[in-house]
Amino acid sequence: MIPLSWYLILAAALFSVGLFGVLARKNAIAILLGIELMLNAVNINLVAFWRYGSLASIAGQVFAIIVFAVAAAEVAVGLGLVISIYRRRNTVVADELDLMKW
Amino acid sequence: MLFIFAAAMTTLFMMDVEKLGRRGESYLLLLASTLGMNLMASASDLVMLYLAIETTSIPLYVLSGFMVDDEKSTESGFKYLLFGAMTSAVMLYGFSLLFGFTGTTNLYEIAAAIAGAQVSTVTALGVITLILVGLGFKVSLVPFHFWAPDTYEGAPTPVAGFLSTASKAAGFAVLVRLFFIAFAKNGLSPDWTTGLAVLATLTMTLGNLVAMTQTNIKRLLAYSSIAHAGYAMIGVVAFSDLGATSVIFYLIAYILTNLAAFGIVAVFSRVSGSDRIADYAGLSRRSPWLAMAMLVAFLSLAGMPPFGGFVAKVFVFAAAVKADMIWLAFVGVINSILGVYYYLTVLKVVYLYRMEGEAEESHPIPLTRPYGIALVVLSLGVLLIGTLFAPWFGASGAAALNLF
Repeated sequence: MIPLSWYLILAAALFSVGLFGVLARKNAIAILLGIELMLNAVNINLVAFWRYGSLASIAGQVFAIIVFAVAAAEVAVGLGLVISIYRRRNTVVADELDLMKW
Repeated sequence: MLFIFAAAMTTLFMMDVEKLGRRGESYLLLLASTLGMNLMASASDLVMLYLAIETTSIPLYVLSGFMVDDEKSTESGFKYLLFGAMTSAVMLYGFSLLFGFTGTTNLYEIAAAIAGAQVSTVTALGVITLILVGLGFKVSLVPFHFWAPDTYEGAPTPVAGFLSTASKAAGFAVLVRLFFIAFAKNGLSPDWTTGLAVLATLTMTLGNLVAMTQTNIKRLLAYSSIAHAGYAMIGVVAFSDLGATSVIFYLIAYILTNLAAFGIVAVFSRVSGSDRIADYAGLSRRSPWLAMAMLVAFLSLAGMPPFGGFVAKVFVFAAAVKADMIWLAFVGVINSILGVYYYLTVLKVVYLYRMEGEAEESHPIPLTRPYGIALVVLSLGVLLIGTLFAPWFGASGAAALNLF
């Protein structure tokens, strides 16, 4: 069986990629994608911990399911806001959304 | 209770804002968010906690971007969403590690697992940091505060008031609960209280200093609300029963005061269409009662007796002194003095400046009935908390006990 640490390293790597995407990308859609990667890293963590921990309690699985349900809701709202911005401003580049500063 | 009250007041303010009060969805979103806040304050399980936090946040993202015709509103909603989603993902990563290391999602069992030294101190502190990112965003601690001024400025004013009060109070409830229950044992507390003390200092100082230079009243209130998060944080840092009680008392006073402040801004901008501080010149002649309410709200924010803000600050500082953190109380006092400066500057514009070359009486600011009721209730509440504070303090003590 593959040791637990492999899953954790995979999740950590995925999380870092996602965080880098959020912080470095300029396109709003790409930022949302980065957030999705971070959430999926969390899911890998949760399921792996559940599988290698106590199988009797289903808390890990339930948590993972709730996480992706919430993630879907979040992205739906996010895309809605992106569309409303795109209609007004014709851009999805985060750098150009600078009406308000300091 | 607190959240429901805040939501009710926000509803009164929303009713007369065009494009917000005439749309039924906004009330539904507000209710959903309030439900989330109540769950946040009462959840004792990581799964429930996360779900509650998101139930609170997602409707608020929508509400701040609610006015789709308005460029600032959509931008503010979007910024809020990006920050919120990112920080909650980081926090969730912390939750998942916490679940992994302790094998349970129940806060009390987590506390037992940490106390049983199943988790090394370094790991625990790492997890605490990750979780603090998410909660720091909710209560707008420096360095997770960047969203606050932009979101408050762009969002519809009643929504901004709700964000800065109820949402922040819910964040503090979770913060107190998590730190006082789950991370209290095994000698961890000295480490995180020091960390939080540093954050509180940064938050107060930066919030107050930047607020001084603002020309937009909503941004000023946003930075002031960041500073107030710092003051309330002092109570958390004190890490005692008195600390928890003082945090809750502070939040009660702060909710009343800040809702009133944002309500006044909403009234004013509905008539004049402007949020610039300079446009408040002559307000005391245009609408004496509104100016009076503003005096009450701003002096309470500044921490002047006999208003609620003063008593709340005294309790928070007292908690810090009792916990042998006199330097932190000292920083808090210095910061309140900084705060007085910019609150009084606004009041100076309201009371002493005149409108250029026009008779103020010919530009009255009509108060509609919902606004009138809400402002009277809030102003009286601020006065009541500042004078007869014993029953309120008892109530916050009871609420603090319920958090554990």
